[in-house]
Amino acid sequence: MSYIPHTEKDIQEMLDAVGVASVEELFKPIPDNLRLKKPLNLPASLSEQELHQKLSALGKKNATVDEYISFLGAGAYHHYIPSVVNHLILRSEFYTAYTPYQPEISQGTLQAIFEYQTLICQLTGMEVANASMYDGASATAEAVLMARRITNRAKVILNAALHPEYREVVKTYLSGNRDNIKEVFYCTETGRTLPDAIEKLLDKDTSCVVIQSPNFFGSIEDIKTISEVVHKNNSILIVAITEPISLGLLKPPGELGADIVVGEGQAFGNGLNFGGPYLGFFATLEKYLRQMPGRLVGETVDKNGKRGYILTMATREQHIRREKATSNICTNEGLCALSAAIYLTAIGKNGLMELARLNLSKAEYLKNGLANIKGIKPAFTAPTFNEFVIEVEKEPDAVLKVLLKKGIIAGLPLKKFYSELSRHILLCATEMNSKEEMDELADGLGKVMA
Amino acid sequence: MKEPLIFEKSADKRKGVSIPKSDCPELNPQAVIPKDFLRDDIKGFPEVSEIDAVRHFTRLSQRNFGVDSGFYPLGSCTMKYNPKINEDTARLAGFSKAHPYQSDELSQGALQLMYELEGFLCEISGMDAVTLQPAAGAHGELCGMLAIAAYFKEKGKPRKKVIIPDTAHGTNPASSHLAGFSVVPIKEENGGVITPDSVAAVMNEDTAALMLTNPNTLGLFERNIKEIADIVHKKGGFIYCDGANLNALMGIAKLGDMGVDVIQFNLHKTFSTPHGGGGPGSGPVGVKNPLEPFLPKPRIIKKGKRFNLDYNRPKSIGRLKAFYGNFAIMVRAYSYIRAMGPDGLKKASEMAVLNANYIKEKLKGRYHLAYNQTCMHECVFSDKLQSEKDVHILDIAKRLMDYGFHPPTIYFPLIVSGALMIEPTETETKETLDGFIDAMLKIADEAQENPALVKNAPHTTRLGRLDETRAARNPVLRWKG
Repeated sequence: MSYIPHTEKDIQEMLDAVGVASVEELFKPIPDNLRLKKPLNLPASLSEQELHQKLSALGKKNATVDEYISFLGAGAYHHYIPSVVNHLILRSEFYTAYTPYQPEISQGTLQAIFEYQTLICQLTGMEVANASMYDGASATAEAVLMARRITNRAKVILNAALHPEYREVVKTYLSGNRDNIKEVFYCTETGRTLPDAIEKLLDKDTSCVVIQSPNFFGSIEDIKTISEVVHKNNSILIVAITEPISLGLLKPPGELGADIVVGEGQAFGNGLNFGGPYLGFFATLEKYLRQMPGRLVGETVDKNGKRGYILTMATREQHIRREKATSNICTNEGLCALSAAIYLTAIGKNGLMELARLNLSKAEYLKNGLANIKGIKPAFTAPTFNEFVIEVEKEPDAVLKVLLKKGIIAGLPLKKFYSELSRHILLCATEMNSKEEMDELADGLGKVMA
Repeated sequence: MKEPLIFEKSADKRKGVSIPKSDCPELNPQAVIPKDFLRDDIKGFPEVSEIDAVRHFTRLSQRNFGVDSGFYPLGSCTMKYNPKINEDTARLAGFSKAHPYQSDELSQGALQLMYELEGFLCEISGMDAVTLQPAAGAHGELCGMLAIAAYFKEKGKPRKKVIIPDTAHGTNPASSHLAGFSVVPIKEENGGVITPDSVAAVMNEDTAALMLTNPNTLGLFERNIKEIADIVHKKGGFIYCDGANLNALMGIAKLGDMGVDVIQFNLHKTFSTPHGGGGPGSGPVGVKNPLEPFLPKPRIIKKGKRFNLDYNRPKSIGRLKAFYGNFAIMVRAYSYIRAMGPDGLKKASEMAVLNANYIKEKLKGRYHLAYNQTCMHECVFSDKLQSEKDVHILDIAKRLMDYGFHPPTIYFPLIVSGALMIEPTETETKETLDGFIDAMLKIADEAQENPALVKNAPHTTRLGRLDETRAARNPVLRWKG
């Protein structure tokens, strides 16, 4: 199967038109000593049917959230994706298009992204949002770079309860400036960040403070109090959100004083996909617009005065500004942003708020159920959304192994990321986890701990 | 017909998709979360019925032009056919419903696919190791440049500069800058390629790398590449190749054999994964052995028959994103390579080059050909002949829409004034190419006989030309009601 339509006759006619004797002759500009003299060592081509069989077999070697009862979250969330999402993003006028550089024939993508930007603003309480970044982690790193540009200050404070992989990405993006990154520890009792602890680290060289809410432990941060502390120092507050369904329940960070809100939009209609593609959302205040990374769609009119949409503010971007651009980003996550726009439109205001409450109810039920088991206690006291941490008296890996045999993936052991949390497991409950499944987990854990 | 914004179709309390009732005790949020933390509304958020949502996005899709709509010869972007089977394989439950934090034991299929894809990309490019983590081409460039920076830092001799030809994509200097380098530009010579002399003149021991694209953005093969690589290597530097134009070389030549040390692949170009209206892409990076220890973590390793994620990588540059990269895009690229096989990939490059040369021959004379020589997978014309009648490349591009084609890339590369960069790809029939050629020739006639017709194009699209200046001067970036 090769998807190449040329017949021998076509090839001959085209060679004649070009005025060469063979296809080989077209490659004369490549010096002979650089030419490959043998075929590529790759598996032979497959028919479509064989390909489907091969890939199905490979797929079956993976566990899925369909087969297992899973309580994994930690930045990638299992939510129900309404049928409309997949049907609509499979409209191939959307997914086989390029970046909408030619607005007259790209109004579909452009209007959808304009709507996406609006939806993100409404959810986060911010004034402007871009057309998407690679994922929540890289969006966080870009936000840090932006804060450094705005303030012309070097130091960055990351909350230790910011997703560990997000912190790693920030460090990679700031590779030459790692000494300028400080971490503020979380409160071991509440699992939240203490404003006092941030205040102690702030100085006149601090560009920004990055917190996550709900944070990596699921604890909801006191954004307002933290923002007051951060702003007293004229630093920028960046709020990262890995589980954006929480925005159906929690006050938008924009109303609480955030200057930049970034996050992972996967939960909005994008599948788990073993970690990607997801989408980073990125929103800020109008006054910082010119320092923003990424693509922006704006409203305008055509020559007859009809409303239309177009890529705008391109003078921030790499194809115009080259090394002076606000970011090197070009291709972003357009189709994932479209999925998010369709998802949010389809479930709507009431649906999202209802769904967020449902997630809360489920997670609270599970948290209370597990708290009653001897040998298990909730690790932190702060309010949570749909994730929380438990501390178990037995070795977590051994506990998880027993449960796995019953078809339950009970959560994420935290010692991989936090050496001090060696007995801790992060669990997530969404609308996909039935009461029955949660009872099964509690029952299983009860037996292991007994 | 006008399609309002979704917010303008909204009605209070209208519902789309329904949410299930809780099977757990329903909770008043205020019982567990302080009231001050809770929101009671999402102002302006859409409230529409399911059918209205479906019609809205269906109508928007009808206002879009994709590869499935018609010929899309966008230079440098490789808009080839996106096979439907790849959409199906990527959506198999085993891939789409796997959680990134399930254990390696539970992810053997995904890890095997990634491991094998890395191997395929090594074989195609002649590199020693590949990471799949970067999410797009520019992300891959950043990855490669950070690895180079880390290499010199580890040696205790950090280098500050990167040489970049003026034909380069804008992402090249932007990525180098982000990785901490300053950019030393060099010019291409009359033949449209860079010369050993121009590189030797600026190469020194403070220069970490030369970043080039091969074939370059003029569609020409950088024939001096080996000699240039020798000059750079002698001073201890690396050759970074932007792999955006790999579609010309599969099975024809390996960049690794030409002295290239780092390359990023664009799976959404060469390997047929859809562009999605601006992503998601995937930008794996291949390196030669000396740079392998610096690749992002985790790496995928194979022990016996088992695949594992290896985080113990002390020299690694770290992470560029959460998890392991745009996995579902990798599934599509893997499917493509397995479908094509070695012969199919080679044929793809051959036909891509034949198609480009065919268009070049048919249009030259009527359009000014920037460099009159055999091209690789794309050819670059300019509006020199038409601009005498005050018809510019933007006008020609817009007029092509009236003939049912997506315009080629325009005003790039920057070194050609009024550039028109045509990349037909291998998946188009001769008939399609002939139709495009006819349209281009007609437009050349129109530019002479009736320039106003071209200057006012497009005439057949729902909207005419949009006011860019207004959008930028007075930015309206969201609906405000």
